[in-house]
Amino acid sequence: MAANNYYDPADLRKFGKITEWSEELGNKFFDYYGKVFEEGALTAREKALIALAVAHTEQCPYCIDAYTKDTLQRGVTKEQMMEAIHVGAAIKSGATLVHGTMMMNKVNKLEM
Amino acid sequence: MAKLKQQSLQKRDAELANAKRQLEILSNGIFQNGELPTFAKKIKETNQLPLRPKKLEILQINVGYMCNQVCEHCHVDAGPDRKEIMTWETMEQCLEVIKNTEAHTLDLTGGAPEMNPHFRRFVEEASKAGIKDFIVRSNLTIIRANKKYHDLPEFFKKHNVHVVSSMPHWTRGKTDKQRGEGVFDMSIKALQELNAVGYGMPDSDLRLDLVYNPNGAYLPGDQASMEKEMKAALLEDFDIRFHSLFAITNLPIARFLDYLIASENYEDYMYQLVEAYNPAAVENVMCTNTISISWDGFLYDCDFNQMLKLPVASKVKHIKDYNEDLLNDRNIMISQHCYGCTAGAGSSCQGTVAN
Repeated sequence: MAANNYYDPADLRKFGKITEWSEELGNKFFDYYGKVFEEGALTAREKALIALAVAHTEQCPYCIDAYTKDTLQRGVTKEQMMEAIHVGAAIKSGATLVHGTMMMNKVNKLEM
Repeated sequence: MAKLKQQSLQKRDAELANAKRQLEILSNGIFQNGELPTFAKKIKETNQLPLRPKKLEILQINVGYMCNQVCEHCHVDAGPDRKEIMTWETMEQCLEVIKNTEAHTLDLTGGAPEMNPHFRRFVEEASKAGIKDFIVRSNLTIIRANKKYHDLPEFFKKHNVHVVSSMPHWTRGKTDKQRGEGVFDMSIKALQELNAVGYGMPDSDLRLDLVYNPNGAYLPGDQASMEKEMKAALLEDFDIRFHSLFAITNLPIARFLDYLIASENYEDYMYQLVEAYNPAAVENVMCTNTISISWDGFLYDCDFNQMLKLPVASKVKHIKDYNEDLLNDRNIMISQHCYGCTAGAGSSCQGTVAN
């Protein structure tokens, strides 16, 4: 761990080293990870934009660092990147608000 | 007229105008303390040291560092204030070599090569030599910069020149940020004019290729995907067609190195280059099939080594003494900037070099 921070940008470079303490599982993860991001029914560019949005909803600094760079490399514009993040933000806030129906159901049940 | 962003490093008397200082930076710090391997150490792992030339295929001639643009990433540190221009005498020496070389490609670059006062005479003479592929690297805006350049598309066509032009992005914002305000609109107009005389059309022999290079401290994406995006966007928005897109990595020298250091991206960028190192790209790296000739006739392994003032390690140092066999028997000069040509799918003036 970095001396004064839970997160250190340099730790992102060490991601591959997680295999050292559990080689089989680590390798299986990276094989899977690599496969997921290959061109498929979705383009690698579309997948990178999804990853950028999810990186923000997960609030993972390493993922934000990695997929900001990755989308830039793929020629994605700032406007497209921000729109992708808004999709994530909309789902996050929508997911909060839609639970309001649970609260409404409970209130309706409890109140006379 | 495109608004100029700045002056060259040389004009500003900046620290990094000095090639020696650039080489020091590339050898110190993370490469000196062993945090990252030097390029020599890296290629030694795969028995590729010393790096040796293969068959010569490309003669690249830099006819001068003067340019109408001052792009932020320029490895030449070119600009309107640069006065290094190839003389006709040196061009005549080049023409002698062009007549006898086994290289199949002649590649004129700069600065803006069209700004050399002998440019047209040189192209006329060189095109008679029967070289298979005759490239001029045109920055596009030069075609619109002054009335005297407006007929360049016709001139290129007349001499069957293969035009290779920089177009870093299909959006105005990204292009102008790198190359100067107004550059995007002028480039679009120039591309339309090249299309109008037949350049870049699907079945046309008049080749028009574009060069993409990243707009900051990151590596280029997949060349084929970028080409697809660029083709679709330019066609839809501007009815522009071109043949191929070359994705080129920015090398950490001159103005790009200056930018990397000023923006505190230098170490991260070098990490990216080293982590993306691909031994397969070393096999086809352009210095193994290219000779670069500077405005004053000196010989280099590539245009980047020219800017770092790293001359060929050969008895033959100048175009006036040119001897292809002797020259091909040399070790290629390397430093840490070479990682720029071996990252990912590799990078050369003709785009990627490995799959």
